[in-house]
Amino acid sequence: MGAATTTVPRAQPHHPDPNENYLKAERGIMSWLVTLDHKRIGIMYLISVILAFAVGGAFALGVRLELFSRGRTIMDADQYNRAFTLHGVVMVFLFIIPSIPAALGNFILPIQLGAKDVAFPRLNLMSYYIYVFGACFALYSMVNGAVDTGWTFYTPYSMRTASSVIPMVLGAFIMGFSSILTGVNFLVTVHKLRAPGQTWTKLPLFIWGLYSTSIIQVLATPVLAITLLLLCLERFLGLGIFDPKLGGDPVLFQHFFWFYSHPAVYIMIVPGMAVVNEIIATFTRRAIVGYMFVAMSSLALALLGFLVWGHHLFVSGMSEYATMVFSGLTFLVAIPSGVKVFNWVATLYKGSIRLESPMLYALSFIFLFTIGGLTGLFLGMLAIDVHLHDTYFVVAHFHYVMVGGTVMGFVGGLHYWWPKMTGKLYSEGMAKVAWFLVFIGFNVTFIAQFIMGSRGMPRRYYDYLPEFEIFHKVSTIGSWILGAGFLTMLAMFIISLKSGAKSTRNPWGSAALEWQTPTPPPLANFIKVPTITRGPYDYHLATEEELSEQ
Amino acid sequence: MVSPDNFQLPEQLSTGAAEVDDLYMFVYWFSLIFTAIIVAVMIYCIVKFRRRPGVKAEPVGHNLVMELVWTFGPVVFIAILFHLGFKVYVHNAVAQEGAMEIRARGRQWLWEFQYPNGSTATNELKLPVGKPVKFIISSDDVLHSFYVPGARLKRDAVPGMYTNITFTPTKLGPMQVFCAEYCGTSHSGMLAMIEVMTPEAFQKFLDEGDKPPAGTSPEEYGATLYKKNACNTCHSVDGSKMPGPTWKGLWGKQEQMADGSTVQVDENYVKESILKPQAKIAAGFTTTQMPPFTLKDPQIDAIIAYMKTLK
Amino acid sequence: MSQAASHAESSAASHDESHAGGHDEHHGPPWLAHHFDTPAQQFDAAKLGMWAFLAQELLFFSGVFVAYGIFRSWYPEAFSTASHQLDRVMGAANTIVLLFSSWTAAMAVRSSQLGKKQQTTTLLLITIACAFIFLIVKYFEYQHKFHAGLLPGKYFGHPVDGGLFGAIPAGHGHTPHLAPKAHIFFSLYFVMTGIHALHVIVGIGVLFWIVKRNASGEFSKEFFTPVDLVALYWHLVDLIWIYLFPLLYLID
Repeated sequence: MGAATTTVPRAQPHHPDPNENYLKAERGIMSWLVTLDHKRIGIMYLISVILAFAVGGAFALGVRLELFSRGRTIMDADQYNRAFTLHGVVMVFLFIIPSIPAALGNFILPIQLGAKDVAFPRLNLMSYYIYVFGACFALYSMVNGAVDTGWTFYTPYSMRTASSVIPMVLGAFIMGFSSILTGVNFLVTVHKLRAPGQTWTKLPLFIWGLYSTSIIQVLATPVLAITLLLLCLERFLGLGIFDPKLGGDPVLFQHFFWFYSHPAVYIMIVPGMAVVNEIIATFTRRAIVGYMFVAMSSLALALLGFLVWGHHLFVSGMSEYATMVFSGLTFLVAIPSGVKVFNWVATLYKGSIRLESPMLYALSFIFLFTIGGLTGLFLGMLAIDVHLHDTYFVVAHFHYVMVGGTVMGFVGGLHYWWPKMTGKLYSEGMAKVAWFLVFIGFNVTFIAQFIMGSRGMPRRYYDYLPEFEIFHKVSTIGSWILGAGFLTMLAMFIISLKSGAKSTRNPWGSAALEWQTPTPPPLANFIKVPTITRGPYDYHLATEEELSEQ
Repeated sequence: MVSPDNFQLPEQLSTGAAEVDDLYMFVYWFSLIFTAIIVAVMIYCIVKFRRRPGVKAEPVGHNLVMELVWTFGPVVFIAILFHLGFKVYVHNAVAQEGAMEIRARGRQWLWEFQYPNGSTATNELKLPVGKPVKFIISSDDVLHSFYVPGARLKRDAVPGMYTNITFTPTKLGPMQVFCAEYCGTSHSGMLAMIEVMTPEAFQKFLDEGDKPPAGTSPEEYGATLYKKNACNTCHSVDGSKMPGPTWKGLWGKQEQMADGSTVQVDENYVKESILKPQAKIAAGFTTTQMPPFTLKDPQIDAIIAYMKTLK
Repeated sequence: MSQAASHAESSAASHDESHAGGHDEHHGPPWLAHHFDTPAQQFDAAKLGMWAFLAQELLFFSGVFVAYGIFRSWYPEAFSTASHQLDRVMGAANTIVLLFSSWTAAMAVRSSQLGKKQQTTTLLLITIACAFIFLIVKYFEYQHKFHAGLLPGKYFGHPVDGGLFGAIPAGHGHTPHLAPKAHIFFSLYFVMTGIHALHVIVGIGVLFWIVKRNASGEFSKEFFTPVDLVALYWHLVDLIWIYLFPLLYLID
């Protein structure tokens, strides 16, 4: 230790009390902006992704409104092409990828492990600012002509278009590094920072989901990074890698792009499933049936996700042999997805079910994800995919998975952990109204899209044939109901922040670890380092005091 | 909804469409029943096991057999689905003997067809009923996708390579063609129409070529040609801004050129702009993408007649 | 204010004693972050994190390696003739320089583990020197390519006389003695070596930072994690070059 004594210790100017409520331990805007506390970073992510969701949602409503009637409704073709591109880019890169892992995960994951923080708190803060930096590039592109390529940036159109492609692609590139570093951080945290007794078989399934997600983030995102970098250089220097005019191959871009972006689908959906586990266990007061199968199904999805990218290229001029292999592999995804659905439903059986708002979202998730998954079977079957590819059927399918799945999981998790994060309760009545509007609005919007899709309506169309008008009208009306639902929810949360009743430690009576520490959690997460003796869902082993809702 | 068959899917217009539809309906009914069961069990549980005072949830036991069954049971089912999907796909992908080869070139934003005899047509193709046809698809600029819903077939048009689809039309009348891969401003205007006719009528068409329908005025014919040749994807007739100059009020105008000169919009200028679009480029439209069109004099005259009506 | 000052004092005191007790949350040596229980846990976490980071680096480079493989199989003659334009002597020299620097980096870790502060500094400085040599050689290689007009993409076939940073004329063209599509080889050459050189430059920055921290006596037999991590990173930079050199320079 001789060397250490000669250094000037990098002591902080002051030490806030680790046992103080994390919201009150430090004050002032700077105590937030440079915080190393995972909970505060999680809250900053949360605010950012909700803002992004609002922006992306506004674009979605604009797109739907334009499609309300044939021909021009509110914008011209170029504006429409920008609107649907920005809807996709904002929702994918700014909202959905960071939504559950970086916002909810940052807050909950270390607490569920019984840890004081993530493994690398400074890296965590850096990830957040990288995300913000990337978002600035995206914003710059938006006010500077925006992008009209679709969020997939397919070449060679992305080489030819006069729109602001490079800043947007660089934005996605930069935000990718935020995602990678969050993944690295979580992987290490799960491996190295579990509390005493917190064994792998006692980990909450939320952790298993985020762990699987982190693997994908670390291994898939760099491929997107190099692809986007090559895309920028191609546009800037004319490398000749993706542009057929220079000897390149546009299909290669699609392979590269989907090698990331299909695993990215699992970066989006697996955390949603992870949240649903927590909610179902709490609101049935029961362990998730088939714990190990559910945990392993997350890992299986993470690994299978790397093998199925080719199903995005069934009609792109890939060889017949490759289409066969990718079709076969794609079907395998049904197995871990089915495992989850079956086990969730089995958990309900003989449970003690309470239909609070988080549970409503979790049950909606099961229903909507089942539809999303089953319509995936249509698209996995080659003969049918050739008909449905690039139609509204695909649009509806992935919205059932991404919105019906991930967004329901995110919103459900937000309701579930809201008291933990803010220390406030919200109006359950208003939450149920919002849920009802979201659920109805969502189904009206996208069931109409399934039908027009199977009838042959291609996606990304500014204008359409008269036979599709009725479906577009219904879909647009659905989008208004959906929008009204989200606005109600937003109002509900704002009212809760301003005048919500104070939450007790464990308002849902959950046996999970994060509810055993004070609400809101102290700066160090726990007053005393916990020793884990039972699983997070062992309601039969939990004491009355642990389950007390007071 | 009279019958789910004709509600969810477009009319079957090719020999392969029925097979695809049968598969679709098979998966549809399976999915519907599966979802119904899941929802029924969920609702049953929610009602039956709702929280009651003093009643606790039953702790979860281990049931390995059940887990294994619903983990590996679906493998059998998905193997069947994969097999069926691939079988029909291959069946629909193989061209029949003696299929007539049609070149389909995608271009921003039109489809150009070439018959085996070398004659070309834009956005309008005539085919004989009951005869197999093979489309050789290519692109001149960006990605497009040749999509014929009536035949349940599509294939991307990829610059730098040839792809193909093949089918046999089974019904007289129109067959819609879409571009299904996003390709820019007028992606949704990149529509083509296949007219399926009797083999005799088709042969007559090949022999005589395209003529204005009897009884139409040159102005009307010009308006038809404006749409048929996809002029409408770049040139508006109401003055709105599109990739090419609007035709509204264009006739007789002194048009400013990109090189600084001015040109009177007259018969010669219009004819040259159709046959050799790059010869003179109007100011403000420097990056013109317009391809040359091989129209005959009567057709150009009709377009000019139509232009004159657009004051 | 006064409370904060007393906190700082007490934590400094606890550092001197290198034991918990002075401050409730600050236990162990000063370099042990508050959220870790033991130095071993902190070391393991840092190491695992670095390996995860290196895994993503490998996948990042894998993209260009795959692109290289595909275009090589598409245009074998172009790649073969184009690779002859590269200077194998310079490439080999750089390979040796990087291999040697990897060895000095490994030795720096060892001397840091043994607590030999001065020796660690020397070895790290040698590593940095090698990195500079690598970049200088690269500079001359690039300059030669620029003069010969062997530029990536649409600038291919337009020799540049004004040095490395001279104005580059735009437009299409090709150097007659090379097969068509050779510009793709040079596109990939510049992208691959360019990204690699960027990693070398980042490495230099990080190495300097470690040298500074080492010189100020931050590391010891008990705590040498940052030296270990930067060496791991440097080995990766070396490893990538080990693949780049034969692929770009040697294979016909």
